[in-house]
Amino acid sequence: MTSASLTSLYTDIIFEHDKRPLHAGLREPFEGEVHHVNPTCGDEITLRLHLTGPVDDPVIEDVSYDAQGCAMSRASASMMADLLRGQSVERAAEISDSFELSMASRGKDAGDEELIGDAVALLGASKFPGRVKCVVMPWKAYRAALVESLAALGAAEA
Amino acid sequence: MTASPTPFDVEAVRRDFPILGRTLADGRPLVYLDAGATSQRPQQVIDAEVAFLTSGNAAVKRGAHQMAEAATDAYEGARERVAAFIGARRAEEIVFTKNATESLNLVAYALGNGDASTPDRLRVREGDEILVTEMEHHANLVPWQELARRTGATLRWIPLGDDFRLDLTDLDSLLTERTKVLALSHQSNVLGTVNPVRELAERARAVGALVVLDACQSVPHMPVSVADLGVDLLAFSGHKMLGPTGIGVLWGRYDVLAELPPFLTGGSMIEEVFMDRSTYAEPPARFEAGTPMVSQAVGLAAACDYLDGLGRENVLAHEGALTRRAIAGLAEIPGVRILGPALSDDRAGAVAFDLAGRHPHDVGQVLDSLGIQVRVGHHCAWPLHRRYGLHGTTRASFSVHTTAAEVDALVDGMAQVVAFFDRFR
Repeated sequence: MTSASLTSLYTDIIFEHDKRPLHAGLREPFEGEVHHVNPTCGDEITLRLHLTGPVDDPVIEDVSYDAQGCAMSRASASMMADLLRGQSVERAAEISDSFELSMASRGKDAGDEELIGDAVALLGASKFPGRVKCVVMPWKAYRAALVESLAALGAAEA
Repeated sequence: MTASPTPFDVEAVRRDFPILGRTLADGRPLVYLDAGATSQRPQQVIDAEVAFLTSGNAAVKRGAHQMAEAATDAYEGARERVAAFIGARRAEEIVFTKNATESLNLVAYALGNGDASTPDRLRVREGDEILVTEMEHHANLVPWQELARRTGATLRWIPLGDDFRLDLTDLDSLLTERTKVLALSHQSNVLGTVNPVRELAERARAVGALVVLDACQSVPHMPVSVADLGVDLLAFSGHKMLGPTGIGVLWGRYDVLAELPPFLTGGSMIEEVFMDRSTYAEPPARFEAGTPMVSQAVGLAAACDYLDGLGRENVLAHEGALTRRAIAGLAEIPGVRILGPALSDDRAGAVAFDLAGRHPHDVGQVLDSLGIQVRVGHHCAWPLHRRYGLHGTTRASFSVHTTAAEVDALVDGMAQVVAFFDRFR
């Protein structure tokens, strides 16, 4: 009934995260907060980032968020928050770079499961150019919040 | 369901649209239900463009050679054809633009471009008011926001009611002597609601306001006569009415166009040019700066022929039957809420709906896997969706080639969407 590419897009793990998103909700404290929208569909995410440690080697203490969107985008936010919490910013950069590179591969790159864990399940969307944006939006929001947070951390240390 | 009362042979119509023969992933036949975004083109439109390009192409309104004259005749002939198509009194009331968005921007900019020589009614200034509606497509909202910002005028809007129609309760306080422009859509691209344009235009005329109508969703689907509507300016696109992309139309009452300042300036729109100043041509040339889109105009004229050949009343009846069938079928799907008036006369063929607990992108993705092409998202009407507490909807829209079987495929597809997502509950 349904096509193979559809079932590769919508897997049980995607819906598990969609239904019971991990680390959802906006929390304090935080150093950076961003609000991103996808203008083609109206999806929105507000994301907060809380860093600890020295400004030259900070650790991600918390990623909290409020996401409105499709199953793919909500699952992406949930998986990302779970992956990045507790990581050093340096390690988080490796994870997010690897993930976004795989997402841009149009389905050719199966992804580095050791690095991105459950988020390999999101790569089914890379075959659907119209859906890549949905999945990547939380990650773009993280990058923007990181810039804000690092600036705030630097200002606090100075 | 009774047999479709379609007054023309839909299967014969379908043979005119070569694209309908293609298949999609997994060999699925194409079920194209996105005519509201862009329509497909019949062979007659494609042939008209090809014939012009293979035997008639030349720059129009320049030079005196035979080719230039023939191309100019083709372009001006298209103008006459479009004028007849919408019941305009004269061809000079038709301005060709890039698309309806440009047509609406043309008006919004021109109304801010006047000087002391411009009649007051065609000049929006500080203290004036611009009245729009909450159902507008962004193309008939953002240009007015920008005009208000540039001029210091105030933007106001007629709200939407819970019945998916304009709420005219406070119209007397919204449409006043201060109102310079009333800009509204003929038919909502989301709700399908057909607005009481004639009545609103009369009210606007009584307070001296100019009426600008976005007719993108009405001109392709029903008889539209500018003589009957009582509006001053009207915009629509070629690509939504079986014609080419890259061409839109602005119709304006000649006395309005004759006094309206230009928007885009340059070649072809001038009368006399000096180093420090210029004077401008009469309409429509004043509003057609630069080399125009000629093969697209020829294609648009062929689209007018095609729709008139079917009969616009017949097109309305055909798409009305499909709309009723879709609404009746979708209403049976658990969790589906249709965004728009129920079956009634002031409702035409855009059927947008929400599936409880499911994002429209997810709904559209499953329909797409079945070959059913629908639009998902806010359909460039974000404030409208916000009004009803939604981020987006799934929208099916119909055309002359849409069959009852395709509508049934949509309804069946929605049942499959529900079943697909139920697996994960």
